[in-house]
Amino acid sequence: MKYLNKIIVGAVAVGAVAVLAVGALAADISGAGATFPFPIYSKWAAAYKAQTGTGLNYQSIGSGGGISQIEAKTVTFGASDMPMTAADLDKNGLTMFPTVVGSEVLVYNLPGIASNTLVLDGPTLANVYLGRITKWNDPAIAKLNPGAKLPNTAIAVVHRSDGSGTTFIFANYLGKVSKEWADKVGAATAVDWPVGIGAKGNEGVAGNVAQTAGAIGYVEYAYAAQNKLPWTKLVNHDGKVVSPTMASFQSAAASADWAHADHFYMILTDQPGANTWPIENPTFILVPKNPPNPAAANEALKFFKWAYANGGKMAEDLDYIPLPQAVVNRIEASWKEIRGVNP
Amino acid sequence: MVDLALKEDATSKPATSRMPGNLGSDRTFRAISVSSAVAVLVMFTGIMAALIYGAWPAISAFGLSFLWTEIWNPVTQKFGAVAPIYGTLVTSLIAMLIAVPVGIGIAIFLTELCPPSLRRPIGIAVELLAGIPSIIYGIWGLFVLAPFVQQYVMPPVIDAFSNVPVLSDLFAGPPYGIGIFTAGVILAIMVLPFITAVSRDVFLAVPPVLKEAAYGLGATKWEVEYNVVLPYARGGVVGGIMLALGRALGETMAVTFVIGNANRVSTSLFAPGTTISASIANEFTEAVGPLYAPALVFLGLILFFVTVIVLGAAQYMLYRLEKRAGGKS
Repeated sequence: MKYLNKIIVGAVAVGAVAVLAVGALAADISGAGATFPFPIYSKWAAAYKAQTGTGLNYQSIGSGGGISQIEAKTVTFGASDMPMTAADLDKNGLTMFPTVVGSEVLVYNLPGIASNTLVLDGPTLANVYLGRITKWNDPAIAKLNPGAKLPNTAIAVVHRSDGSGTTFIFANYLGKVSKEWADKVGAATAVDWPVGIGAKGNEGVAGNVAQTAGAIGYVEYAYAAQNKLPWTKLVNHDGKVVSPTMASFQSAAASADWAHADHFYMILTDQPGANTWPIENPTFILVPKNPPNPAAANEALKFFKWAYANGGKMAEDLDYIPLPQAVVNRIEASWKEIRGVNP
Repeated sequence: MVDLALKEDATSKPATSRMPGNLGSDRTFRAISVSSAVAVLVMFTGIMAALIYGAWPAISAFGLSFLWTEIWNPVTQKFGAVAPIYGTLVTSLIAMLIAVPVGIGIAIFLTELCPPSLRRPIGIAVELLAGIPSIIYGIWGLFVLAPFVQQYVMPPVIDAFSNVPVLSDLFAGPPYGIGIFTAGVILAIMVLPFITAVSRDVFLAVPPVLKEAAYGLGATKWEVEYNVVLPYARGGVVGGIMLALGRALGETMAVTFVIGNANRVSTSLFAPGTTISASIANEFTEAVGPLYAPALVFLGLILFFVTVIVLGAAQYMLYRLEKRAGGKS
């Protein structure tokens, strides 16, 4: 960790020198972290710059890097797909708030079985990823899909090979629906996978699933939609079969208990609600409570305030889910904690 | 060597007394070449020191047991290097098993058997293989080679050996298409040009009079190649193989695409695995926790040693070969 920090700090120092050299014509907001929300942050940034003249310099170096950089205070805000616990936030003097919600779907490669027809439930999925279920015509899958022509094909489990917030959310979901998964594997940005093949990035998982007959993998919804991969329905917390749609995605964000979420620590997996999609993740922003440069922090918060008010449509166009207004109000109220800002 | 040094001494003195004007440039030249040589040593030790420093938390936490523990669990922060070391060695071994005979075969064909009109096109094609960036091999491997292997290579092989004791373990299913075997094949294609290009050049350097003498004695083409050309060119060929092996051990991008990136040791060559460089490339960006990043740096240090040991062993083998050949003649 220390080593990683050093490298990152070094890289940032070089970057900072480069930025200084280019010129201090416009004080751009600087942020770094998660790759998953990068498309929407850049889209917001372009629109925001056109309106206000203030740009955003966001380096999508990964959630781990975002956390290291904000702890080292080399950027104005950090971004992470994996929420930091309240204890960790307090230790580092940070505040945290979500921006948008992403959703994950299971994609598969079974010729002859159309997209959005195959049904899986949590325990079955966990058993597939634990290596307990190895064939597509396993009785557990057949029971969920009466009438479907399931082939006697080996299941090729595909997972991420790089550390990723996507993996954290997926493993967290499996842990909620399977005790064995929680005990044996657990959840983190990288885990000790019992079975399967690893692929780098969402695009790698999508590519491997598309190439390998009998494969199943988890990807952010946008990748499945863009690559036209067939996805499964899932049985949710209420025992209902749901399809991945904008409505079922929004249901999870709306029904979650934000009022009791300390520092907005929220993992939107296996949430209640008849129409709720079970695997979703808010992506988070980290800002120091006592920013070294309050003016810069203020600019950053102004940007996010603008994005909450004006960026919902842009987010939906890119398959992200905007936060419910009630949550946005809470977030903006929470900014009082940060010293010297008034966005 | 000694001879050379003496000569240099003998000539340099009169030169300085006769042409004092050249003394400065000669000194500069000497300084530049010495510092270039020293720079290599400094970099070598510097990299070594940086790796040890970066890996220190993992070294002190796991000690040498890191080398024989098969676990890679970022959740509990327990790490062991068996799976990546195994994958690195086995993929390189498969690559060499395929690339050495094919590469030398191409070189012999190009120098001895090929019609002159084909010589240049084939030679250029082989050299172009060396110029293709490894990521292209990776993409090709994932999108073309892996589906082909999954459909047409793995199933028949798995079926054919399903009742043969050892082989049924070595070639066990399910056929994913990607895995240790596919990675070895990709590596073989990538290192082929090194072996071919170097072998061809040393074959061409064999004095024609030796071959003519052998043909004059009534030797067949095979006898000439096997008894005259190959022994004469042995050193160069082994050098080319070493170059290829060095590349195979460290290759990252193409391997990452097709090896399956699973931190497990499987008896089956068709199962997914990982290599040291693939693990580092995959996991370094998001390695959080006190021991995760140090464990990856530790892996890098091991790769450093694996490369040094393998190449050192090869040098030693070459030395033994030369000595034996020298004793015989």
